[in-house]
Amino acid sequence: MLAFILRRALQSIGVMIAVGIIAFTMFRFAGDPVNQMVAIDTTPAQRAEVRASLGLDDPVPVQFARYFINAVQFKFGVSYQFRQPVSALLKERMPATLELATCATVIAMVFGILMGIYSALRKDSFFAKVLQAVSLIGISLPTFLIGILLIYLFAVTLGWLPSFGRGDVVKFGWWTTGLLTISGLKALIMPSVTLGLFQMTLIMRLVRAEMLEVLRTDYIRFARARGLTTRAIHFGHALKNTLVPVITVAGLQFGSVIAFAIITETVFQWPGMGLLFVQAVQNVDIPIMAAYLLVVSLIFVTINLIVDILYTVVDPRLRATINRPA
Amino acid sequence: MSIRQTFIAAAASLIAFATVSASVLPASAQTLRYANQGDLKSLDPYTLRETTTIAHHGQVYEGLVGRGKDLQIIPALAESWETPEPTRWRFHLRKGVKFHNGDPFTADDVVFSADRVRAKGSDFTTVIPADAKVLKIDDYTVDFVLTKPNPILTSQWDVWYIMDKKWAEANNANAPTPAAATSPSFASLNANGTGPFTIESHQPGVKTVFKVNPNWWGKPEHNLKEIIFTPIASDATRVAALLSGEVDIIEPVPVQDIARVNGSANAAVMAGPELRTIFLGMDQIRDELLFSNIKGKNPFKDIRVREAFYKAIDIELIKSRVMRGLSTPSALMIAPPLFKLSGDFTRPKYDADGAKKLLADAGYPDGFEVGMDCPNDRYVNDAAICQAVVGMLARIGVKVILNAQPKALYFAKVFKTGGFNTSFYLLGWTPGTQDSHNVMHDIMGCRDDPASPRGATNLGGYCNKQFDALTDQVLQETDTAKRDQLIKQAYEIAAKDWAYIPLHQQALAWGVSKKVKIVQRPDNQVLPYWAVKSE
Repeated sequence: MLAFILRRALQSIGVMIAVGIIAFTMFRFAGDPVNQMVAIDTTPAQRAEVRASLGLDDPVPVQFARYFINAVQFKFGVSYQFRQPVSALLKERMPATLELATCATVIAMVFGILMGIYSALRKDSFFAKVLQAVSLIGISLPTFLIGILLIYLFAVTLGWLPSFGRGDVVKFGWWTTGLLTISGLKALIMPSVTLGLFQMTLIMRLVRAEMLEVLRTDYIRFARARGLTTRAIHFGHALKNTLVPVITVAGLQFGSVIAFAIITETVFQWPGMGLLFVQAVQNVDIPIMAAYLLVVSLIFVTINLIVDILYTVVDPRLRATINRPA
Repeated sequence: MSIRQTFIAAAASLIAFATVSASVLPASAQTLRYANQGDLKSLDPYTLRETTTIAHHGQVYEGLVGRGKDLQIIPALAESWETPEPTRWRFHLRKGVKFHNGDPFTADDVVFSADRVRAKGSDFTTVIPADAKVLKIDDYTVDFVLTKPNPILTSQWDVWYIMDKKWAEANNANAPTPAAATSPSFASLNANGTGPFTIESHQPGVKTVFKVNPNWWGKPEHNLKEIIFTPIASDATRVAALLSGEVDIIEPVPVQDIARVNGSANAAVMAGPELRTIFLGMDQIRDELLFSNIKGKNPFKDIRVREAFYKAIDIELIKSRVMRGLSTPSALMIAPPLFKLSGDFTRPKYDADGAKKLLADAGYPDGFEVGMDCPNDRYVNDAAICQAVVGMLARIGVKVILNAQPKALYFAKVFKTGGFNTSFYLLGWTPGTQDSHNVMHDIMGCRDDPASPRGATNLGGYCNKQFDALTDQVLQETDTAKRDQLIKQAYEIAAKDWAYIPLHQQALAWGVSKKVKIVQRPDNQVLPYWAVKSE
């Protein structure tokens, strides 16, 4: 077991290094950061000076080595745009993103599971068919379009919810939260619905399919034959067995919710890491781009690692194959 | 409760929650909420010379001189000035002015700021000649001693903001925060000026709050107690925020949303010509174009080809279709408000047949192929303008291969640092000095001497020694009327040479709530100290 975890951890480090190399190579094609940092009539001599002071004239392997050595120590350098340490900027923006991703996931789980159960149990009802149709829209409409439609309906036309930003936030040390103020909660609704909509429809369809599958199995039939109440069969037996794959998927999706928050954050001007990343790309702010990619891949790798380990805990069959050397 | 009932109850409670919280907060009086596409990246006033940043700093910091509502130079921290001799300017400073932290403003601060703004890492080194001496005569008198006469010495001083020497020294901010800072700087996160507003809080990329400075020396022309600035990069979100009343001013309003903003009940678009001139340039210096099917010679060296290109552009069509009426076609490389005699110039008429004939005369009856470079995220509808140009040139047989890319890539390719790597390009230019000399020197001057800054942004390499001689005379001529005549002569030479193809001044478009009255200057600085907001 320990060997398995170690092996997985080593693989994860390999993934991180690969991401680092790919990210670093891509930045070579993002454009010249110096042009974004100076005025249009800054002289070429001054531009050259800026380039040199950033170390952009060094050979690429030297730049990468320098970057790698710093990144290992969590030193991501100073943002070209803001002249602030990248780690401080990321730390400041992270609560907003995590809060948004968590809310989106909760909304997706609660409504996805409820709607999934409903459309499995009443699969021929009119409402279930409507849900199926709507879920197709949820899966196929791009996030930014949903976000803008929501803004126009709830912010511009009805005037119920704010169209951008995070509202008022409360500080706990370096963590900021919008969950404790009215304006913060209102500001959270549309972005988290937008971000969670895809996962919600995914979970709903997954729950529906799994539930229909489970309801056809023998033990449900036996339960019926034993004369158990419908409620006990549906919720006591069928639902429980339905939820195992759902939780796996939701766990894995949490990483992508964080990563794909980029678009939602841009649409709602949500001051999180994703927005920071988009601003960085537009301004060729390499230190932020690199740090963001590494942080997100770290989140992904960690979640995958945990899921892998949990699998072996949950499913004895896997444990057996792992302990038997190949 | 059946599942359906549970679901409906859940839905109902959600709707109820939304309805209960459905009260739009009334915009409190005298708090101006402002959103811009761009961001306030550094509070250090010498770090980045860019309109949005400069305008923000102008709320907090002040220069010795300012610019009024019509861009005229007005006294600010200097009450008056004179030039006892052509190379000596004497400034009499305003008395009793205090910085936000209470430090008095004196001549020492001016001398300090003059050094700091010219120091390494500043993006404003050109505001004062490098060899000028700044002398403190007494606490409220400063002399600027120049090595040669300079009639436009103060032309950029509205954006040369005076900093507090004591504060800067106490906070280790003696040197300007360079664009390539490797350590965080105090001055980029904190501000201490003499201006009408102080900075209450600043979160880069998120929000900046300005509070009114009750001890300001001037008489306020606004009724604000607070300005809340938020950068909103997404066009649709920014417009939505204006229409829903969550912000009072947005800049810019995207061209396609102007009609909708004007059609709304609570906001309208303020539009006007901007100072920036959008133009096309042609590589007329290389012996063979980098991107063309003509080998062994450069078609743009032939004046007839340049004239043909100029006349093939239907600028009115670009105005009506691409710019939806929001542009002012231009005959000059400088915006009309910045040059008194600009009325003497008219744009040559669109003439596709004439252009075709000119091309045939030049030896290209079937046209030729040329690559064009164009940014797609820098100016209003930049890539669309280039596409229109491609179509118009196709009419005279020229096949243009368009390379439209983000500004980060575009500038890296075409600028001097990229080796002027272009044959035909679109660029926009606002002279930092608001004066013709800058255009004549940087954009239209010969670039044959690599050591000289002349022609640094002359991407096509247009060169006429007679023109350059006039540029040098313009720099030193102190008689305004004579100077204008010299500038006019130079522009006439450039027009005769078909040196450039000026296109238009794009319109600036601000979305402004009907509750707010604000002054719009053509330099596109959004200046809330001229904003009045009604309840």
